[in-house]
Amino acid sequence: MQLTLEFGGGLELLCDSKKIHNVNVEFEQQNGEDKLTMKGLLSWVRTNLIKERPEMFMKGDTVRPGVLVLVNDCDWELSGQLNTSLEEKDVVVFISTLHGG
Amino acid sequence: MSSASEILQQLESLKNEKTKIEHKISHLEAQLKDINLQKQVSASSNGSSPYATNGLEPHMIHRYSRHLVLPSFGVQGQANLLKSSILVVGAGGLGAPALLYFAAAGVGKLGIVDHDKVELNNMHRQIIHTEAYIGQPKVKSAAAACRSVNSSIEIVEHEEALRTSNALEIFSKYDIIVDATDNAPTRYMISDCCVVLGKPLVSGAAVGLEGQLTIYNHNGGPCYRCLFPTPPPRTACQSCADGGVLGVVPGIIGCLQALEAIKIAASVGEPLSGRMLLFDALSARIRIVKIRGRSMQCEACGENSTFNQQYFREFDYEKFTQTPLCVPPLKLNLLPSESRISSKEYSEIIINKEPHVLVDVRPAHHFKIVSLPNSLNIPFSTLESRLPEISSILKKDEEEKGAASESSARLYVVCRRGNDSQRAVQYLHKMGFNSAKDIVGGLESWAQNVDPNFPTY
Repeated sequence: MQLTLEFGGGLELLCDSKKIHNVNVEFEQQNGEDKLTMKGLLSWVRTNLIKERPEMFMKGDTVRPGVLVLVNDCDWELSGQLNTSLEEKDVVVFISTLHGG
Repeated sequence: MSSASEILQQLESLKNEKTKIEHKISHLEAQLKDINLQKQVSASSNGSSPYATNGLEPHMIHRYSRHLVLPSFGVQGQANLLKSSILVVGAGGLGAPALLYFAAAGVGKLGIVDHDKVELNNMHRQIIHTEAYIGQPKVKSAAAACRSVNSSIEIVEHEEALRTSNALEIFSKYDIIVDATDNAPTRYMISDCCVVLGKPLVSGAAVGLEGQLTIYNHNGGPCYRCLFPTPPPRTACQSCADGGVLGVVPGIIGCLQALEAIKIAASVGEPLSGRMLLFDALSARIRIVKIRGRSMQCEACGENSTFNQQYFREFDYEKFTQTPLCVPPLKLNLLPSESRISSKEYSEIIINKEPHVLVDVRPAHHFKIVSLPNSLNIPFSTLESRLPEISSILKKDEEEKGAASESSARLYVVCRRGNDSQRAVQYLHKMGFNSAKDIVGGLESWAQNVDPNFPTY
């Protein structure tokens, strides 16, 4: 599945300082369902893109506190968080909240 | 020709005179303003103006004419703005342009909270301050700048740090709060206080080359805690001092904060509530995303929340976020004292020409700014892979100095403030470099205790 993944607010530092990643995510069918969910994508990202300090990206099976996840420019809270199912060409943004000023 | 000391003396006395004159000027200006104000009040109560101006005074019509002729803003927008009150927390990179625009636009009452003093390394982004105010309170400097832009509005100086003990009292005097601060605990505190008092919060942040902006607690939108119920780990919060910031980036976010607050104050347009603006300066991208609404489970603004004024006063934000409110630089103490030397002691090692190797573990772009002579830059993140380099240099040094020196070449480690150098020494000890010592307090200590001419950043 072709996806565009973007990292911002400092999270890009965890994946070679590259902000935009056009990726092809291969995933296993789960329970016979032919769907990739955010849960599956997170573990794919952790394995394939995060190069250092994974604890700065994830905590447990979700993102760490202070990271906003946006699926097609929309907060993943509105689409079911970890259960959000992804489709071809979706854009997923991971952004760490900033505090400075 | 006069000597430098005579010139300095003259400068000092002239500056003293200047301060006295400035005091006198501001005193007289205040007197004049009072007199004019009384005149205006009596004039308007007498109804002496023969023209219908919808409550705007003649000088206002001229000053705000470009707002007034703007169809979607107009007299009503300006009148609303003149009646409104806005509090800006933080007179730094975000607050600087926001405050100038608020003053210029004619916000009726403009409050400024800050406890910091103006520093030279603020000037590249905090454009409200001028060199003449270095060392003086930011609130004083910002208020003076706002007054020089618009003497007809009320400007209130809150020269104090925001605390749970004073926030309710200060916030309650304003309609709209602007968060232009720089740390996580203060952001939670400001949001909670706005929830408790029912005030809209225009929140902006900027670090490096990125900025973020949204309005909390407004029109059914979320509060800060709805979005971030759990605070991030402290290591995830970069400050401008450590991460750097391109001056114009907070400037842009601060301007957008001014815009959003002015829209709310004037009751025009669609506020950026329930949405967040993400700004990436490097790629010239602005993205506006939809964020969640108010959360019914939110600890602060949720349905069954017990978060009230009393609870707020007693809430420990430093403990909650594991971060001190005043962000003093982190001071680790990882090593026993025999594995550390002071910057003074190190300077004696240089003077005595004792054989040694100095490794500077700062990132390469920091090393480029300024470094100690004969130091070798091995950034902390690359230390592991470059250990052989250290071994071979130590060996070479020993061979050169020969068996004459009783002790082998020593290894010292330095960084900016003395934290990474301790981590590095800890690691070096583990890898068998037992002579490694860190220089306590890093280059900042060198500048403070050995050579005041060493530039700090």
